[in-house]
Amino acid sequence: MDALNFVFPNDLHVHWSMMIVLYPYLTGLVDGSFIVAALYYVFGVKSLKPISRFSLVFAFAFLSCAMFPLLMHLGRPERNHNMMITPSPTSAMSGAGFIFTVAIILIGLILLLVYRPTFVKLRLKSKGIMNILYRVLTMDSTNLSPESLELDRKIIKFLVAIGIPVATVLHGYVGFLFGGVKANPSWSTPLMPVIFLFSACVSGISALVLAYIVIKKLRNQPVDLGCVRTCINILAGFFILAFSFEMLEVFSHSYLRTWYHHAVEGLLNGPLFYSFWVWQVGICSVLPLLLLGWLCLFKMKASVFKFFAATVSIILLLQVLLMRWNVVIGGQLMSKSTRGYTQFHPEWFDKEGIITVIVLMSLPFIVLFMLSKIFPLWLEEEKASS
Amino acid sequence: MGEPEAKLDKERRAFIKKVLNGTIAGSLLLVIPMPMGAATPEVPEQIPGIRGKKWDMFDQRFAFIVDITRCIGCGSCCVADRREFNVPDGYYRTWVERYLKDFDDEVYVDSPHGGFDGYQSPRTDIEVEVRDTFFVPKLCNMCKEPPCVQVCPVGATFKTPDGFVLVDRERCVGCAYCIQACPYSARYLDPVTRTAEKCTWCYHRVRKGLLPACVTVCPTGARKFGDLNDKNSEVYKLLHEHEVLTVLKKDMGTYPALYYKGLRREVV
Repeated sequence: MDALNFVFPNDLHVHWSMMIVLYPYLTGLVDGSFIVAALYYVFGVKSLKPISRFSLVFAFAFLSCAMFPLLMHLGRPERNHNMMITPSPTSAMSGAGFIFTVAIILIGLILLLVYRPTFVKLRLKSKGIMNILYRVLTMDSTNLSPESLELDRKIIKFLVAIGIPVATVLHGYVGFLFGGVKANPSWSTPLMPVIFLFSACVSGISALVLAYIVIKKLRNQPVDLGCVRTCINILAGFFILAFSFEMLEVFSHSYLRTWYHHAVEGLLNGPLFYSFWVWQVGICSVLPLLLLGWLCLFKMKASVFKFFAATVSIILLLQVLLMRWNVVIGGQLMSKSTRGYTQFHPEWFDKEGIITVIVLMSLPFIVLFMLSKIFPLWLEEEKASS
Repeated sequence: MGEPEAKLDKERRAFIKKVLNGTIAGSLLLVIPMPMGAATPEVPEQIPGIRGKKWDMFDQRFAFIVDITRCIGCGSCCVADRREFNVPDGYYRTWVERYLKDFDDEVYVDSPHGGFDGYQSPRTDIEVEVRDTFFVPKLCNMCKEPPCVQVCPVGATFKTPDGFVLVDRERCVGCAYCIQACPYSARYLDPVTRTAEKCTWCYHRVRKGLLPACVTVCPTGARKFGDLNDKNSEVYKLLHEHEVLTVLKKDMGTYPALYYKGLRREVV
């Protein structure tokens, strides 16, 4: 160990580990997929229709699992309800439960209204438990008159419009949790919520594109190229914003050369050199930026486009995960002594270990699979069956 | 043969009776509270003016001053603290850092085991000519604007009207946000209770007119604690005379109630 390296005795342990990397990653996926739904339902981007319903179910599945990492992280998870019963008004964290509750109720309501015509048809066809379930989900209404559908459309538009600030708060707030910690020089920046928000959009849209292409490929069904093309264009836009803000944060401080820069410089060029500069910036940002430019600006065969759209989505999903890792765990590697760095070794069987990460990352997909049995994901299949 | 057996039997009975009587009497002595009076000498008051009057929570002002020029790095404070609170190994309510400076102004800091074992021998991992060396004890800064209190989502960390920042371990959810927020790294998550813990300036002792454990054991008087309402207290005098006193990480805007005398610019 370097003789100059000095870590405060209580800083040897990384208190926020992989669960806190996972939590913003999951909420980010929710935000990004909700943005796609908002573009279709509020801003009328018609080409997104094939994945409009899927994006909502996807967002709901991931949101329903987003709190598990937090519960796994808490030292006393049995007291988690105190955050909502006796919240401290001065704490940014005390808003988590309320914002989460509003978001999940809102997305749930939007889902029920979007799926109402489908549910009414399914209710008439189904028997037994499924029939009861669809009766409950449609609130025992079978009214599919043009007036009622028009009213649904208006309510959906209104709810999704409300959902945009809710989704923004849901994730911008997660960024603020870090940005508001003045004790950590690599976290305390007003840009943190903005960086988190745009990277959330990037991860969510990437996940949708990848899931859409993979599911369609597995089912041997055609992929709507127009829809994927629109997604890739939007993805490029959000990624340019996300990457620009990430770099602006580093370069503006590097130019200002204040104490902040001197504290963070050693971290980024030292313990985080490979995970930040090489992986997050080089391989997972510059490379997809070039790929996105090529996909957006040049014409190519459909199969090539689909392959590279899926590839760029995988790289960007990794980019956002790395960004979360570098912020959450990387930020804690630097001791508050600003004289040294600690180390983080992920464990396999720890409460917050690698196995837990794998289980918690699998959960939303299991929920999504179960939801797909109730909520038909694809419009064309529904039309074919009716 | 029958006679000695009967005699033995009687002796045995008498013995058992005596043992029983002794046991009952002993148990009663333990159970029934006895007026002890002067039998247990009370620890003399260490902070004058606290005992014998009602504790007015809104009329208390305390300060902690660490005199860097007096600390010899013996680690007694760390030992006293660990015994007072049964602190688990690897976690620190208080610790002592050792600073070394060479002739090129390079600063070497270490704090093995938080200074618990005392700095009995020089560092062996550096081969520079040491120009200067000093020790810096660290503990909770009891900030007037504590970031840990601000960020606690359930109000488990709170500031008392008498100026102490404390943790209610019955309410703490163990989210560790306060640990992230503390600029001084004075907090840790207790592995047994799974809640946040930190130095309390021995609030339980202060309320009884006793000095914090680390202050009482310091052989050189490097740790000073006292009542600012008492104009005769050492801390009052130090704070109101021409001594140069500084706080740690002033730019954090936390306004610590822990002051350092003779603090060097190298210390963070």
